[in-house]
Amino acid sequence: MTALELSRLQFAVVTVYHYLFVPLSISLATLTALLQTQAYRRPADPRWQRLTLVAGKLLMITFAVGIVTGLVQEFQFGLSWSAFARFYGDVFGPTLAIEGMLAFFLEATFLGLWWFGADRLPRRVHLATIWIVAVGTLISAYVILAANAFMQNPVAYTLDPETGRARLGSFADLLTNQVVLAAFPHTIAGAFAGGGALLLAIGAWRARRGDPDGRWRLFTRVGAWTTLAGGTLVALTGDLLGKVMTQVQPMKMAAAEALYATQAGAPFSLFAVGAPGEKEPFFSLDVPWLLSFLATGDPTATVQGIDDLQAQYVAQFGPGDYVPVVPMAYWSFRFMIGFGVLATMVAAWVLWRTRRSRDLAPGPGLAGLADRWLLRLLWTVPVLPALAATAGWLFTETARQPWLVFGLFRTADGVSPGLTAGEIAASLAGFALVYGVLAVVWVRLVLRVARTAGDDPAPVTEADDTADRPLVPSY
Amino acid sequence: MDLPTLWFALAVTCWVLFFVLEGFDFGVGVLAPVLGRDDHERGAGVTTIGPVWDGNEVWLVAAVGVTFAAFPDWYAALLSGLYLPFVLVLLTLAARGVALEFRGKGGTARWRAACDAVLAVSSLLTAALWGALLGVLATGLALGADGEVVGSGLDRTLGPLVSPPALLGAALGIGVSLLQGATFLGLRTTGPLRARSRTAALGTLVPVAVLVAVVAPPGLVAVAVVAALVVLRREVLAFAAASVAVGVGVVAVLAAHLPAVLPSTLDPAFSLTVDGAAASPGALQLITVAAVVVLPGVIAYQAFSYWVFRRRVASERVVS
Repeated sequence: MTALELSRLQFAVVTVYHYLFVPLSISLATLTALLQTQAYRRPADPRWQRLTLVAGKLLMITFAVGIVTGLVQEFQFGLSWSAFARFYGDVFGPTLAIEGMLAFFLEATFLGLWWFGADRLPRRVHLATIWIVAVGTLISAYVILAANAFMQNPVAYTLDPETGRARLGSFADLLTNQVVLAAFPHTIAGAFAGGGALLLAIGAWRARRGDPDGRWRLFTRVGAWTTLAGGTLVALTGDLLGKVMTQVQPMKMAAAEALYATQAGAPFSLFAVGAPGEKEPFFSLDVPWLLSFLATGDPTATVQGIDDLQAQYVAQFGPGDYVPVVPMAYWSFRFMIGFGVLATMVAAWVLWRTRRSRDLAPGPGLAGLADRWLLRLLWTVPVLPALAATAGWLFTETARQPWLVFGLFRTADGVSPGLTAGEIAASLAGFALVYGVLAVVWVRLVLRVARTAGDDPAPVTEADDTADRPLVPSY
Repeated sequence: MDLPTLWFALAVTCWVLFFVLEGFDFGVGVLAPVLGRDDHERGAGVTTIGPVWDGNEVWLVAAVGVTFAAFPDWYAALLSGLYLPFVLVLLTLAARGVALEFRGKGGTARWRAACDAVLAVSSLLTAALWGALLGVLATGLALGADGEVVGSGLDRTLGPLVSPPALLGAALGIGVSLLQGATFLGLRTTGPLRARSRTAALGTLVPVAVLVAVVAPPGLVAVAVVAALVVLRREVLAFAAASVAVGVGVVAVLAAHLPAVLPSTLDPAFSLTVDGAAASPGALQLITVAAVVVLPGVIAYQAFSYWVFRRRVASERVVS
């Protein structure tokens, strides 16, 4: 493989890996804050306090991996994409700097205060600290998505005629890019679907092993409601994002459908047999007019096909291949939707089966059979939103190719000029090794929390007469 | 002061805060597992940095982000030119971060011992690597006309790490962070751990003095001050003096070649200068507003966090 291919592979590996943890951190921060708010409002009900601690432990474990893998993200634009950093640093750099100053300090400092401060902060202040962490994760998500939106749909810049480098225009315009306005709610809703699924799985598993005061049932239902709401919002905002994308990157959406010929009243392909990357017809189960409707809101509208767009881009940008890898786009788009819908349906099923103090009941009948399999395969439930999110990012990034910044800067031009394939292979091996170990340890720790957390006595949260006591090691 | 100069000062400030704040928690990372005689004592040592290490590390995020935003060419040349060393830093920081956070969440003493081992080794390596990188920066990189380091292969990005300045820097990085860590532990613990930290600080002072005498003889004044304060048991002042010395050292390295921010060892004409590497006025104005609004708040709430956790951590076992 060439240095360019290895750099791309490395970027994909470390970014996809990082994003396995980010959605959980975002949603668990808010969910922990919500649970603690309930605990604060209902001090007589100890269940909320215990569940806060369970979600909080999951948050701490996940956040740690998010931090150390996120640091790599900030470095890698300089490490292996230094040409991109030079040409677009003026626009891209400030978003990273502001994300760090505005959000990461909040998250890191207040998470430390929250975890260690339970017995030395007044209850109200302690509750505020976790909410500040939650707000920090959302600010961070918005700013970094605005940076990504620039790559999808460059706005708020001018090009220096001498050097060809981008110059930042209005930061407000950068933050109100129509892509980020649609991508932010889409991404956050997806994050909540992920965190909810984790609570659902742990709650349902624990509930089967004894649940005298119903706390695990509560955990299950909080998780299921979160995933149902998140999954529904993902679909609605995904529709918005798709319409925006059809305008700013028609090629991406044509590739998602493997639509080669421009077509009026275009159908939506549910799934296909064969290789949709080839122009030969392949078997495809189609829903008539749906693609035109999804892309534009009008079932008879014309949707541009790959062939026309390629010809248009050659005329606009010069000779070259402007078609992304179509099977990748086609299938990642369908996996994204498929896994997302499946997670949402599982959540809806769990809510239905646990309605009015019922429980999941493996037993005779179809519903009992479904419950039996659900309980057997509970561990897959939190995996579904993660797979959907991964597929979504693979789609959005690979179907933008060959562009790094759409219409302006090619991926092939962005790579660090002096790097050799050997160096990148070495670093990729290093990341793969460390990240692999991290994944194993993370899973073990989450399973441990799932098995044991929530039974320990609720910690004291009043900072009254404890101020003069020396800190007791809790690490 | 024009904007590029202001931002050079602010970028240096972020780097200084990173090195000072993480310097002591690298030191604690090495010393807590070593000085603690049992699981309980080691836990006490690690707890001194538990609530604050992550906030400290965000100063690295800020420093890198600010360097990228204000001086894209500096960021690009530094990271791509020292590719493998920075990848190593990221890997050791990753191991360190999770060892710290996962330590208390595995449930068994064996698990904690394993995390302690990872913490100690990765903290030591991280301190050595940062020291080596500062050593490299003190002399400059082989920047060519395009602002990238010339050459290719391992010799290009790994070579600088085994040069004499880098090796001296690595030794000094380890020594200084151990000194800072020992004075911090002395300040933040009680009982046997506090006593052993003082011994460790005294023990570290000798090799640090030798290294400083080789690298920067005027720095011996600072070493003497820290030594006197440790001997006199002025714990707060000893830690403060060690930290100030680290800060001054980092400023000296980063500002040594002004107006060059990254000097070229091949031809001074290829050096990256404050003005030459700076972002556009629009980008600088934006981050100036952001920094003026946000950073004072950051410093205030980080100070609040240190204040909340100001009590010493008991290293004696309380019989209950």
